[in-house]
Amino acid sequence: MNGIRDHISLHADALVLREKRNNVLASNIANSATPGYKARDIDFASAFKQAQGVGNLRTSDDQHFSVGNPSANGLAFRQNLNPSLDGNTVELAVEQMEFSQNTMRYQASLMLLNRKIAGLQNAIKGE
Amino acid sequence: MAINNIFDVASRSMSSQMTRLNTIATNLANAKSVASTKEEAFRPIRPVFEVDYASDFRESGLSTTDVKDIVSLDREPERIFRPNHPMADEQGFVWESTVNVDEEMVEMMETNRQYQNTLEVVSTLRTLISRTVSMGQ
Repeated sequence: MNGIRDHISLHADALVLREKRNNVLASNIANSATPGYKARDIDFASAFKQAQGVGNLRTSDDQHFSVGNPSANGLAFRQNLNPSLDGNTVELAVEQMEFSQNTMRYQASLMLLNRKIAGLQNAIKGE
Repeated sequence: MAINNIFDVASRSMSSQMTRLNTIATNLANAKSVASTKEEAFRPIRPVFEVDYASDFRESGLSTTDVKDIVSLDREPERIFRPNHPMADEQGFVWESTVNVDEEMVEMMETNRQYQNTLEVVSTLRTLISRTVSMGQ
């Protein structure tokens, strides 16, 4: 079983992280009119490394220190390009671009995963 | 109400924007309306938005927006001399509401755009989810 898991785990991890990032970006867009809301994001590269077990030490509790990049385990605040009077750091254009890029990458991971599963099925059937 | 998934986020954000649209409609409907006294005159109303984080925010990253309160803006109603108006007081003055129509229109456009954005996000994610459900077929 581990062989199959290793075969597809790379894209499965990517898919999970992309989904989480989609959630974060969607929350940013939902809060684009809330005064004082600070936009957040996930550093995909370091979070992905961590999911692969090669990145920073994992933290499982709020009181744990993370070693290395402090935002590696989760959410970090986005630096906004332009300031706003009400303290909201969501910039719709930025969020929309990040969101569309993230959904494209999600679909790419999904497609690769589909192909891998199809390949495995071919191998199992032996046709 | 718990926030479990993207649909909760979108529905609550959209209903907040809907409340905002309703207040704008109220304001526009009462633009130029008059009253006999300063206290009775209509003052424009605005919703107050507040962030609501999911209980597992650190894990899921989900947060949405809620309408905490609806407040009326502290703007002095305008005193206008209209002696022939049936609502006029003894000196012939009426108090007119201070709704700025241009301002309300801008608010309406912004609300409209944000509603559309959220809707776009949720329909994109819905497509992704349904594709993911049929993975490997």
